This record gives sequence, structure tokens and C-alpha cells, in this order.
Amino acid sequence: MRNSNTAGIATLKPLALTVNGKPYQFQADIRETLLDVLRERLQFTGVKQGCAVGECGACTVLVDGTPVNSCIYLAMWANGKTVTTIEGIERDGELSEVQQAFVDEGAIQCGFCTPGLVLSTTALLDSGRTFTEAEIRRELSGHLCRCTGYQKIFDAAEKVLHK
Amino acid sequence: MFNISVLQEPESLASAVEMLKAEPGLRIIAGGTDVLIRLQHGGEGWSQLLSLRNVKELEAISLRADGTIVIGATAPFAKIFLDPIIREHLPSLAEAAVSMGGPQIRNVATIGGNICNGAVSGDSASTLFALDALLRLESQDGERIIPIHEFYAGPGKVHLRPGELLTAILIPRASYQGTGGHYIKFAMRKAMDIATLGVSVICRVEAGAFQDLRIGLGVAAPVPIRCPEAEAYAIGRPVSVSTCQEIGRLAVKATRARTSWRASKDYREHLVEVLTERAVLESAKRAGGHHAQ
Repeated sequence: MRNSNTAGIATLKPLALTVNGKPYQFQADIRETLLDVLRERLQFTGVKQGCAVGECGACTVLVDGTPVNSCIYLAMWANGKTVTTIEGIERDGELSEVQQAFVDEGAIQCGFCTPGLVLSTTALLDSGRTFTEAEIRRELSGHLCRCTGYQKIFDAAEKVLHK
Repeated sequence: MFNISVLQEPESLASAVEMLKAEPGLRIIAGGTDVLIRLQHGGEGWSQLLSLRNVKELEAISLRADGTIVIGATAPFAKIFLDPIIREHLPSLAEAAVSMGGPQIRNVATIGGNICNGAVSGDSASTLFALDALLRLESQDGERIIPIHEFYAGPGKVHLRPGELLTAILIPRASYQGTGGHYIKFAMRKAMDIATLGVSVICRVEAGAFQDLRIGLGVAAPVPIRCPEAEAYAIGRPVSVSTCQEIGRLAVKATRARTSWRASKDYREHLVEVLTERAVLESAKRAGGHHAQ
């Protein structure tokens, strides 16, 4: 489905954004999604493309700390903003608390949904808010996982959010 | 990559209105969660865009001195759900806001976009109908304010004039003060789904009787609707299960449900009856009414 319609010609505009703490500045095409720019141009391939229509959450990244589906987010909208992908979550080779919980709880099988789920869970943790079990389920409901049946993912999220 | 040939990104409402006047072919994009999906599927007629994402003045939610709640057209659903003014005064709108899409969608999708795309399944519409919301529209010719029920023209169609922008949703104090409300979304999944039916109720209860009742329905007709017969029936009647059952039955009369792959006409009418009854009972409870069995 993606690239089903690439008619028209490139219109370039300057784009300046920070990804995982590093500033980038280049000419981007107004037709590009944030997903296109992150994967194809900056090679952050931890950002996955699933459905390309905002249903599955595999392409989730944090824009100024807020989870968004990068497949339906124009690259130009990230101008001046700070983007975090899964590549920016570990620190000095150490897994983050959320990543470690996903490993410990067996919340990863094929791994395709994992970057998005780890980022959404990280945003919940960073928000400083408290969440009931039902609210955790609601806040992670924008991610589809076809392997785990979700229980282990909820276990991992609860481990870090209910500690 | 989308078929976009023009992307205007004004930083103020004044310049947005000016650009719309100068280039009438521009289509408005806010959160993009509907428009970009349209573009993903070809998007005929959507290649020239005016993005409202940098018009920060349209995002604010405020309570005016006269009690009117002003919700900026580009306020995202996540912001509406968490906003203290909305939670205190319009809790049923907060319920509707958090039922829409999933978290990542709610972080960017705007309430104004939900209205302007004219979808009868829009989760905000039935609650805004029940709240007698007003819409503030602006163009180079000035500003006009219209009741939300005059805005919907048909499935996917609204009365937005060329060069015009929705800037805010207004809820006057008289529409919400002293009310109880409840929104029920019926869908196949609890998240990331489009409503099969949306029922939103606002009511006032005094001395155990309905003093005011407003029922908004989504996906029960080609546009969101109210239920005048059921509402009129309730006034002065005691808050009881049997009153609420009759309200549910009468609500069906206002509908023009149709059979689609989501649900048959008969099933939708059943949902209208049962869910209206439940939403009215819960709203009455929240409005301080104690119903007799």
C-alpha cells in the first residue's frame, strides 16, 4: 500500500530535527512521512512499517516525548522537534528499565511490535502519572502484537509502572 | 510518500485565513489521521494542503468569564481527555475523547478534524450534539457562530464555506451547568475501532424527575442526531427504570439506521433502545437522581 501514489514532483523544504539526541539538518520532501525520513534517510531501521495507515503502532516514535504513528505524520511536522526511536532508548550499551522488563517477562517474540511498545511504555513511565491495570491496557491499545497474546507485554509494563 | 504538491504551514490564524482566501484549492489538514489515510489510498483532490499544526492559538481549551467553555479546533483528543476544565464540567466529552482511536491517534487527531470530516461515527459528535455545542467559523469575510446540528450536511459532508475554517467549539454555561452526562460507544473492539453506535446523554434531575434531557446519537442516521420525541417525553417524569425504557423505545423513532457490513438496521435499532436506556439511567445518577426500581 505504501508508495501506492508517488505522482507529482518533489518539493524540498529545510528540515531540522533532533533524533536520539543528535541534531540533523537537511532538505526533505514535503511528500515524505516521518517514517520515511527516519528509516530511509537516517537509517533508524528500528522504526518499523506495519500497516502504514495508523492502525498497528509498529512505527511509533516519540515526538517531544509523545507517542505518534510516524507513518501518518508528515516529516515536515517534526521540524524543530525532538524525536526518540528505539535506538535512542538504551544508555551506554545498557538496556533501559523498560527494555529489561520486556526481556525479563518474555514480552518479545518476533520483535516487530517491540520498538513501538517499548517507546509507548517509556512515555507512560516518563509522564510520572500513575495507571491502573485497565489504564495500562488502554494506553497500550494502539499496538498490535500477533505473537504474545499481550499478557506478557502487560506484565512487563506493570513491572515498571507499578514498582 | 504521499501525493502532496503544496504544503502551506501558517503560524497564525490570520495568515491561515489569508492563505485560504488566496488559494481556494487548499484543503485543511490538522492531525492528519484521516487526511493522510485518504492520501495513502490515492487521495484525489487532496494534494494541496494547508496544515494547521503550527497555529498554536487554535489548540487552547479555556473557560470564559461568562461560563462558556471554548475548545480550540485543533485541540487533540488526548489533551481534551486530560484537561481539568473538561474533566470538571464536561466529563461525558472526556469519556468520548478517550474512546476515540488509540493513544497515538488521540495524541495528534483533533476534535475540529473529527467534526469537519463529517463522519457520522465521529466519537465527539454525539456528545457535542447533546451539549448543544456552537461552532465558531472564520474566513476573510469575518466570523460566524452556528449550532453544531446545522453544520452536518450528509455523510462526510459539512457546511464549511470556501475559505472558511473551524476555529473553536463553544459550550455555553446553560448547556452543562448542573447536568449529568454519559457517553456509550458500542464497537466490536474496546480500542482502535469505529463506533457501531454512539449514544451521549446530558440531563438535569430535580426532585427525582427529569427537568432536561438531551440525547445525541452517532451512526443512527446519515448525520448525528438528537431524539426530540424521547427528550420531550422525559420532562417532568420520574427517574425510573420504566421511564428510561420508554425513553429508549422513543429514541428509536428519531433514527434512520441502515444495514451495513458493521451491523444490520434491526441490530442498530436494538442498540439504540438498550444503550439509550442505560446511558439515560447513568446520566440521571450522575445528575444526582436516585431512581426508583
